[in-house]
Amino acid sequence: MYLLRFSLSFIFFFSFFNNLVGQEFDVQAGKKLFNANCAACHKLNKKAVGPALRGVSAKYDREWLYSWIKNSSAMIKAGDPQAVAIWEEYNKVAMNAYPQFSNSDIDNILAYTDYIPPAPVAAVTAPVVTSSASSSGFSNSIILAALSLVFSLLVVMLFLVQKTLKRIAIASGVDVTPPVKEKRPPIWLVIAKNQFLIFLMVIGFLLSSAYFVYGYLMQIGIDQGYMPVQPIHYSHKIHSGANQIECKYCHSSARASKHSGIPSLNVCMNCHKNIAEYNGEEDLENGYTKEFYTKQIKKLYAAVGWDEDNQVYTGKSQPVKWVRIHNLPDFVYFNHAQHVQVGGVDCQTCHGPVEEMEVMYQHSSLTMGWCINCHRETNLKVQDNEYYAKIHEELSKKYGVEQLTVAQMGGLECGKCHY
Amino acid sequence: MSPKKVYWKSVAQLDESNEIVHKLENNEFVEKIPVDEFLGDEDSTNQYATNRRDFLKYVGFSTAAATLAACEGPVIKSVPYVVQPEQIIPGIANYYATAIADGFDFASILIKTREGRPIKVESNSDASSMGFANARVHASVLSLYDTKRLQGPKVEGKDVSWNDFYSQLGAKLKAMGNSGKPVVMLTQTFASPTTQSILKKFIKQFPNIRHVTYDAISSSAALDAFENIYGVRALADYDFSKAETIVSIAADILGDWQGGGYDAGYAKGRVPKKDRGKSIMSYHAQFESNLSLSGANADHRFPIDPASQKKVVAQIYAGLTGVSLKSDLNGELTKTVAEIVQRLKTAGDKGVVVSGIDDIAVQEVILAINNHLGSKAINVAQPKLIRKGNNSEIIKLVSNIKSGEVKGLITAGINPGFTLPNADEFLEAFEKLELSVAFATKVDETAAAAQFIGATSHYLESWGDYEFKKGHFALAQPTIKPLFDTQQFQDVLLKLMKTKTNYHQEIKSFWKENVLLEKTWNQSLHDGFLTTDSSIEFNSSYIDVSDQINKLSLSTSNGLSLVLYTKTGMGDGQQANNPWLQEFPDPISRISWDNYLTVSAVDAKEIGLKNINVSNGALNGSYAQVSVRDKTITAPVLIQPGQAKGTIGLAFGYGERKGLQEEMQVGVNAYPFYNNFDSIQDVSIKPADGYHEFACVQLHNTLMGRGDIIKETTLEIFNTKDKEDWNPVPKVSKNHMEYEVTSSEVDMWQSFDRSIGHHFNLSIDLNSCTGCGACVIACHAENNVPVVGKDEVRKSRDMHWLRIDRYYSSGESFKADDQTKEDIDGLGDSLSTFGKMEQASENPQVAFQPVMCQHCNHAPCETVCPVAASSHGRQGQNHMAYNRCVGTRYCANNCPYKVRRFNWFLYNKNDEFDYHMNNDLGRMVLNPDVVVRSRGVMEKCSFCIQMTQKTILDAKLDGRQIEDGEFQTACSNACSSGAITFGDVNDKSSKIAMLREEDRMYHLLESVGTKPNVMYQTKVRNADQT
Repeated sequence: MYLLRFSLSFIFFFSFFNNLVGQEFDVQAGKKLFNANCAACHKLNKKAVGPALRGVSAKYDREWLYSWIKNSSAMIKAGDPQAVAIWEEYNKVAMNAYPQFSNSDIDNILAYTDYIPPAPVAAVTAPVVTSSASSSGFSNSIILAALSLVFSLLVVMLFLVQKTLKRIAIASGVDVTPPVKEKRPPIWLVIAKNQFLIFLMVIGFLLSSAYFVYGYLMQIGIDQGYMPVQPIHYSHKIHSGANQIECKYCHSSARASKHSGIPSLNVCMNCHKNIAEYNGEEDLENGYTKEFYTKQIKKLYAAVGWDEDNQVYTGKSQPVKWVRIHNLPDFVYFNHAQHVQVGGVDCQTCHGPVEEMEVMYQHSSLTMGWCINCHRETNLKVQDNEYYAKIHEELSKKYGVEQLTVAQMGGLECGKCHY
Repeated sequence: MSPKKVYWKSVAQLDESNEIVHKLENNEFVEKIPVDEFLGDEDSTNQYATNRRDFLKYVGFSTAAATLAACEGPVIKSVPYVVQPEQIIPGIANYYATAIADGFDFASILIKTREGRPIKVESNSDASSMGFANARVHASVLSLYDTKRLQGPKVEGKDVSWNDFYSQLGAKLKAMGNSGKPVVMLTQTFASPTTQSILKKFIKQFPNIRHVTYDAISSSAALDAFENIYGVRALADYDFSKAETIVSIAADILGDWQGGGYDAGYAKGRVPKKDRGKSIMSYHAQFESNLSLSGANADHRFPIDPASQKKVVAQIYAGLTGVSLKSDLNGELTKTVAEIVQRLKTAGDKGVVVSGIDDIAVQEVILAINNHLGSKAINVAQPKLIRKGNNSEIIKLVSNIKSGEVKGLITAGINPGFTLPNADEFLEAFEKLELSVAFATKVDETAAAAQFIGATSHYLESWGDYEFKKGHFALAQPTIKPLFDTQQFQDVLLKLMKTKTNYHQEIKSFWKENVLLEKTWNQSLHDGFLTTDSSIEFNSSYIDVSDQINKLSLSTSNGLSLVLYTKTGMGDGQQANNPWLQEFPDPISRISWDNYLTVSAVDAKEIGLKNINVSNGALNGSYAQVSVRDKTITAPVLIQPGQAKGTIGLAFGYGERKGLQEEMQVGVNAYPFYNNFDSIQDVSIKPADGYHEFACVQLHNTLMGRGDIIKETTLEIFNTKDKEDWNPVPKVSKNHMEYEVTSSEVDMWQSFDRSIGHHFNLSIDLNSCTGCGACVIACHAENNVPVVGKDEVRKSRDMHWLRIDRYYSSGESFKADDQTKEDIDGLGDSLSTFGKMEQASENPQVAFQPVMCQHCNHAPCETVCPVAASSHGRQGQNHMAYNRCVGTRYCANNCPYKVRRFNWFLYNKNDEFDYHMNNDLGRMVLNPDVVVRSRGVMEKCSFCIQMTQKTILDAKLDGRQIEDGEFQTACSNACSSGAITFGDVNDKSSKIAMLREEDRMYHLLESVGTKPNVMYQTKVRNADQT
């Protein structure tokens, strides 16, 4: 399937390209260059920081384009009317200069921007997909029907065999009525009469119910697995999983402050100024289509007040009211910087496999027992930290260990977290 | 004996004919219960939609629903910034240098902000010459979140927009200007060069306007004297660290005298320093009527009436210069003055004489004395500019307003409708004026009577520049956007002048032209201050005051004198709506939520006034009626040890009724007695009916010879005797051997090893502690300590984590008390002697002792806690886990220092305690790093563990060792006199480690064996002669 689609498009592309340009430009190389150098500010079909580039070669003279791309600000300075017009249209932001591009590089990029992907290919492949899917469904039901038929035949056969055997037995004079058993008292009566057993059972019942009641009561207020619906469906799976964005890029205050911080919307816009639509993988089962994700990006734009068409901030912003997932009680002091920056603890240690979470949830129980366990087991990270130099040496000598745990450093003292 | 006893329930039962008795014998009720009346009629029961069964259903359902709902946690929303400001990281505090200048307190300070909210005031230690944050300045951050603040401008009582305000006021000013009607602008002392220049321009544009400066508490006499001699209207500045002999005649140099701010310099000279083999410290003698902080700290204090004080000033001058002057002082005082003169002569240029008497002649003589001594402690070249008011001008102005000569009045930053002695007459005339404008932060008496009320911003929302002293500039910057629709007074002036610039730009350009020389604006704004060496020019080699001393030597008094003063907590009363300051116990009387007449014990007995401790231990005082001229008020009486005979004290700042929450409307107003702005008035007093209930936090005033609580000695003994003599460690006997209690031999506890890591200690130097109370308020702000109100304080349920105990000696001195106790012989003698020792002396020695949790290494509280809520950390801190506490209060009972505080009620979000923690605005001041405690929980000083942990974390993040001085607590930070030092004793080179080895070091109640981490430095008095 995939192979077929690929080859088809490949053929189509070459024929198209040869027809249109009639020259040997490498669209693949152009695409590569475009993605590496231009895509941050330009889109093919839509205005971004810079103008949409589809068909740009038709709008301007090629020589003009060469010099513009190599050094646009020089042209603006020189007063080229076309250059100045663009500069003024795009908020007087000059385009980066690319003196390293050769003319043929630029030709390749322009070839890519002019190239329109073949539409019919999808139409050709579509029926194939549907037919294969329907055929497999058909065969399954046939097998199931056949199986059920076989089983029902077997049942009928067994019934017939038993009937025949009975008839033979009656004919040969064998008594087929079941023997009458001696009547024994029912089991519950036996148990009810045994007081010791009842005593044991009551004790057992009480203990087990106490166990479950205790278990139930102890989980009150523990929101492990808490997975609220957020105003914007933000997928950590896409951001930190698929795109490998470092946690602390967005949650930057985790490095310095007690709060990890929910990123402010300007941080989102660092990337989403250019990423206006979702083009990654979909999860159709849950309805996470490309359109669904793109809609979430639009929600961000509405909140931050970004006018996509004109590429400007309108100034009308609406802060996002996220639902807080990890809630420590007020009487607990927890500091992210201490753990993340000083202790070098991975975010995932407490927050779980965030990079796999489509919807964020509370991974750990966040109970005091859970904190303390970790403090008992975790060693201090003292390397290259002058603060620990003296105290670690003295304390480890005192306790006779090579590496101190957090607990040995005083991490179990009440006042370290409760004040 | 009768076979059957009959018991009678009542007399009625004896009467056999009584029907009721008969009926009751048979029935439970005398009359039939009228059940039919409310249930018999089926129609009436049916007409209700809810019958009994439905009712039970509803109850059952709602109970079940409420129970189920309680199982689910609340949904908490988190709202991040849309665009996060670069300098704000949630969870990290930002500090801004700014300045307070409210007309009474002037200081360059640092403001701690969290997520954009100012939450704490700290002294700007770099700007040591710019005053320091006293208790009121520390509390001023709470006044920012005052619910009584004006939220927008008003015209004729109606809320208007600022544009309407400008146009209406502008039109009126123009009309009055065109017809040439005189208008007066009456303002506080701004001490602001830019404001001065704006006012000048404003008056140029509106020539019918005249500017008059008014100080609620006047320093006019000192200003006039300085102006007469040095030609500039300013106040001489003093540096008491340069003085070896300080003689103060009614100048509360540790209080608000001439704007205050002298603690640091004073304290520097009060700590014994080694000099050529022996220790030296300054000598301080105080002549005064009321017992002030300065008198309490003086080596010798002489309680005398105001007339004698004036004579003493004259006699000191005469004695020093050799002029002959007739003296009618009594023999003892004559001798004292001669000794003081001798001391001053010996000290030479290291002597200084100051006075707070509101008399130009006195102030001139004082300047002449210091000039004669050539005192190094006085600085007349760079005088203070923070008071400007002129008494005669104000008196003239008020009479002009009354007579109608002045047609309009604009007030700014002041409340003359409350603070003028004839405020009633003023308000009456003010209301009738053609134009009355008040720029105020709340609807006070003046604003309520004004046509236009300009809602002004709090100083933390404002720009400002100040010249506190000649050549000493400070800058103020906003630390938060205005919370309400308020404007700065200066901005309104600029708007009325129709200038394009705002006050901020004006300051910037003024500084660029006049103040900044090589420094940059940004650097100055960052520092908050700028000092230059510009000074005034003067020429006065000899000051002739012969007329003045002759006049002073003839001073007389007619019977009783009323001496008005300002309290450490309330000052001039601007912040009367601040619950922290109301609950702040006065350092001298230890009474909160009140002012009172202070009367000497002798006078009280004569007049028939009493103080009694009622059954629950609280203090009651009888009322008295005092009259000055034609005005009379009834006020409660406090019998004050140390009050001079023939004088009565009364504090300003109380008794305001407008713009104050009901709870804060306490005390009596002393301003009506402030005739001619003289703090000394002739007065008559007579007892009135009833007793006043005080909220006093210390009911036992004397130590009764328990010298191990406050150890003290004299300089002579300190210099000549061994430590063993004056600061011995208590001993106990074991196996007939004497051991020091600190010895491990007599310790029944296993000691923690505290030699590794940090070990926090706090040292309090009783020599430099002046009792100013800044630490108490700083602790309140840092640790979210609740305010409990007058009634609860009266029940000894105050929540202060840090208290400053004040003790009086019952004899001449504490030393004498110790001796008296030693000399007790037998039970009978002990009963009578101890009874006497409970009474403080008429002129007692006074000692202050800040007491907070002592963080005992062997803490008695920890061993009795059944749930281990109180535990010990390796760093020496005694931890208190609030969430673990079940409220048995065993710990408080077992604490020998009584520093633990119990939350008897929920003090936040509770209408019964309607203070700052009960409204959203007030809660903005809470420190987010410290939990707000709930009901039924014990709390206490934590050694500011949130601050020490922060210091440690910062070092870890930077990967470095911690330097000495980095560890601080709120109290040590707030202590401008350097009495409180905090640090790590395991750092052997640290200051605290050295203080621990000092000879003067002792622990409170050392004999108990608690091994506290708080230490005290023995008080040394320079009181060997005189």
